[in-house]
Amino acid sequence: MNSFFERKYIIQGVILIIALTLVARLFFLQIIDDSYLLSANNNVLRKVIEYPARGVVLDRNGEILVQNEPVYDLMVIPKEAKNIDTLLLCKLIGIDKENFIKRMKKARDHSPFRASIFEKLIPKETFAVLQEHMDKFNGFYTIDRNIRSYPDSIAAQFLGYIQEVNDKDIERSKGFYRSGDYIGASGVERSYEELLRGTRGVKNQMVDALNRPKGSFMDGKYDTLAIAGDGLISSLDKEVQLLAEKLMRNKLGSVVAIEPATGEILTYVSSPSYNPNLMVGRERGNNYMEMLYDPYKPMFNRPIQASYPPGSVFKVVAALTAQQAGVINQQTTFYCPGGYYVNGARMRCTHVDGSTGLVKSIQNSCNTYYGYVYAKMLDSRGMPSYKAYDLWRDGLTKFGLGSPLGIDLPGEKGGLLYTSDQYTKRFRSNKWRSTYNISNSIGQGEIGITPLQMANIMAIVANRGFYYRPHLIKGIGEEKIIKKEFTEKIWAGVDAKYYEPVIEGMSLAVSSGTAAASRIPGIEMCGKTGTVQNPHGENHAVFFAFAPRENPKIAIAVFIENAGYGGTWAAPIASMLIEKYIRDTVSLPKHIQDRVLNAVILPKVKTKDVKPEVKEKKDSTKNKTNTVKKATVLDKNRNNLVVHHSQVRRNYEQR
Amino acid sequence: MNNDKKGFLGRIDWITIILWLVLCLIGWFNIHAAVFDSEHPGLFNMETNYGKQSIFIFTAIIIGFSILIIDQRFFISATPFIYIVVILLLVAVLIVGRNVGGNQAWIPIGSFRLQPSEFGKLATCLLLAFYLNSQSNKTPSIKGLIIGSCIVLFPVFLVMLQPDTGSALAFFSLIFVFYREGYVNSKLMILGGLAILLFVLALLINQWLLIGIIAAICIGFIVLLGKKRKYLIDLGVIFAIASVYVLSVDFAYENILQPHQRNRIDIILGKMDDPRGQGYNLNQSKIAIGSGKLFGKGYLQGTQTKYNFVPEQSTDFIFCTVGEEWGFVGSVVLISIYVFLLLRIIHIAERQRTTFARVYAYGVASILFFHFFINIGMTIGIVPVIGIPLPFISYGGSSLWSFTILLFILLKFDSTRKGLSPN
Repeated sequence: MNSFFERKYIIQGVILIIALTLVARLFFLQIIDDSYLLSANNNVLRKVIEYPARGVVLDRNGEILVQNEPVYDLMVIPKEAKNIDTLLLCKLIGIDKENFIKRMKKARDHSPFRASIFEKLIPKETFAVLQEHMDKFNGFYTIDRNIRSYPDSIAAQFLGYIQEVNDKDIERSKGFYRSGDYIGASGVERSYEELLRGTRGVKNQMVDALNRPKGSFMDGKYDTLAIAGDGLISSLDKEVQLLAEKLMRNKLGSVVAIEPATGEILTYVSSPSYNPNLMVGRERGNNYMEMLYDPYKPMFNRPIQASYPPGSVFKVVAALTAQQAGVINQQTTFYCPGGYYVNGARMRCTHVDGSTGLVKSIQNSCNTYYGYVYAKMLDSRGMPSYKAYDLWRDGLTKFGLGSPLGIDLPGEKGGLLYTSDQYTKRFRSNKWRSTYNISNSIGQGEIGITPLQMANIMAIVANRGFYYRPHLIKGIGEEKIIKKEFTEKIWAGVDAKYYEPVIEGMSLAVSSGTAAASRIPGIEMCGKTGTVQNPHGENHAVFFAFAPRENPKIAIAVFIENAGYGGTWAAPIASMLIEKYIRDTVSLPKHIQDRVLNAVILPKVKTKDVKPEVKEKKDSTKNKTNTVKKATVLDKNRNNLVVHHSQVRRNYEQR
Repeated sequence: MNNDKKGFLGRIDWITIILWLVLCLIGWFNIHAAVFDSEHPGLFNMETNYGKQSIFIFTAIIIGFSILIIDQRFFISATPFIYIVVILLLVAVLIVGRNVGGNQAWIPIGSFRLQPSEFGKLATCLLLAFYLNSQSNKTPSIKGLIIGSCIVLFPVFLVMLQPDTGSALAFFSLIFVFYREGYVNSKLMILGGLAILLFVLALLINQWLLIGIIAAICIGFIVLLGKKRKYLIDLGVIFAIASVYVLSVDFAYENILQPHQRNRIDIILGKMDDPRGQGYNLNQSKIAIGSGKLFGKGYLQGTQTKYNFVPEQSTDFIFCTVGEEWGFVGSVVLISIYVFLLLRIIHIAERQRTTFARVYAYGVASILFFHFFINIGMTIGIVPVIGIPLPFISYGGSSLWSFTILLFILLKFDSTRKGLSPN
């Protein structure tokens, strides 16, 4: 013992105070403060999104229209990419060494430890070769993804395409989509996006300090599985669609065919179309831009967005609504001197029909007859013409004119149908009469109609008075659910008994009229050619029909811009499609088939629009030669096809 | 006393040995968790650090019991020789040592690395005990303090050259020895404590404001004690010294400390928030310990340690694994074991009959205490990050062996305290 013995207490006290300080601090860290647990979880947890397969779209017979195809992204972890055969890799994915160095730098800048995408969307053929050599590429690996694939390359405007979401999409979805996600941008892909996209899964993965995956969190207790998107059964008939697209090649226009009994769309062609496979994969960007600047606007969805003067089909509607209004009946005849010349209104007929009844008026498409009908509808109903006009207009809207029909595609237009107020405004008085806008009587006035509306009118006639909203998807998912709005029977406002004379006229028009050459032996087709006057250029060729007359299976409208006579171009196409659908064969004489098939009916475009591409691209070589061929053909046709350019442009720019 | 009748084994302080062994095993299991390798899960797998640690522990046991067999007089007589050898090693490491992480602290011997600074503490404790024992008949003098300080500061100087600040600082804990032996009085200790406090405050608070506060306190004392001349002079001197000190701290901080040391201090003081850079270690360490909550995540379940978020997790930051996997309860248990061990050593120290053994015992207690406080303190952010191991727990042969030798020499002295003639 020595004199400083008591100092041990002080030293012991210091030790205890320090120990208590440590315990107090630990108490604060471990018990009081909850933020550290959260930080620890944030450190190790990575939510990895599992993308579901997008829904497949089938045709009405179960044939695949769009499916998913595996492609591969080549990933690289720069830190691990050592001693690799750079030359071979460059060769395999088709890049040069400079590009390789650039990409590696970009990946390293992103993170030396984390994986970056080195090459996107490698097709499976390239992948097969690449995979054989993967052992030579340390630090590289592939992940599989799905892209859309179209086995027959058809129905592009109907199916639509998907694209990476933009900021607006993300904002609109309130954060559902993240950067890099895909979203349906047009067509069915867009209108059925919520069903097709499926449900994303989340995998809670643990990572270490260098972000390397270390297995699943809590053995996947909080993981959710990705659920594949619903499959869709469309109403398209793939075979008919294929034929229709083939026939419409090198022509501008639309084909819409509807099954009258259901409103299901059997064929949906917008021409020029494009190969939907161009809208996926590595060359998508280039292809998209090319199409965007194509003067023929392949992205323009003509059947629902183009609006044309209806022409002859309008007489069908006029005949029906006039009968329903009691203005004419089956026996009503008017005298046709080769034109309608009343009170200063002038409207020529293509022929002199003399005394014309209702059936004959349809059969011969007599303008004069409908001039009188229109005059009676507006001027002889014991009320001011503008009020009568509204009644007349009501009848038309019941046939689906003037507003969108409600097809399950985005961007449908309603066409054009003036209200009486619009005329009153234009004429600066409500004292106007039928003579002011007599061309309405034959569908050449302030009336615009989409090809879809035209086909729908045919469906109404085929059904003798009603229609179902035309639609493209007839079954959703496993249970093949159909949307309720497509099962609703809509009455067109004209009693069934008024249809017979009109149908008779249409039947005669085919059997002994302008479309006689397109008759189908054994099937009574009721149809009507139309030649829509185009004040700015060559007339549009139209043919609308349904068949067979009794128990109709198909109603169709074929619309070819600037083609001239409906009987020459549109009727054979409709005839072939109808027979193909009903009998699965085509019996039209071969020379007519070939003539239609090989015809190139494209308006001339300004040369600056088709400037030849200098840049060579592997994937688009085929395309390019096509364009060149088109251009030469155009030159050849320059003399026989005189089209006013401004009109062509105006039409296209209506979208 | 009873001790005479007991055999050799009976005179050994088994309580200390059990505490030592428990700490070694805690260390081993936590190293296992910290560097767990799923390809080599076994605790004895020699390719892993926990496998190696099992060897270190095993050899430490052999070394420890060998020491108990050796005659204690050997240690006393060999003390100057041991000191000289260690000093030579400390010089040698500067020449042939391997530089790891900026510190030239290791001499490679085969597959192991020897860290002479760890043995420097042992040698210093022994020589200090040797010297103070020789002074035990005299009253503590300034001369004794100076010579004693030189014994301590010489190795400190060499360690600083490596430069290994952490290890060097550990030597300063021997101030407790001087205090216990009466070379330093209580006032000086309090002054030292105040100096440290003032140092921290000088870095935290504006220096002029701090001087103002000191002035206010001095005036408060004058009012309290009355205007006696003696106090006035004392307080005036204290105020002057304090002011100069505060001003010089800032200067020293800016000009003498190395940038990384400055950063570490800044982070502790909360002057700098930088969880990605300098503060990364500390931040991840706090996350590991804080996320342990009351009972911890369980053995081998700590995500922070298992997935390498905490650097140096088997050596300097081993306490993170304890905090994360065993929680507050486990941490408190570990701290309690340490406190128990330290108090036990002081108890042993006070029952020694020779100044040599007592001084040595206090030296052991001081060094263990310093390591314990600084190591755990840095992982929870109350002292700057100083790279020193947690005795018996951290991975590493040099560290484990040197602390074991340190402790077992004490146990040897203790077991034979009857035989040594009292001074």
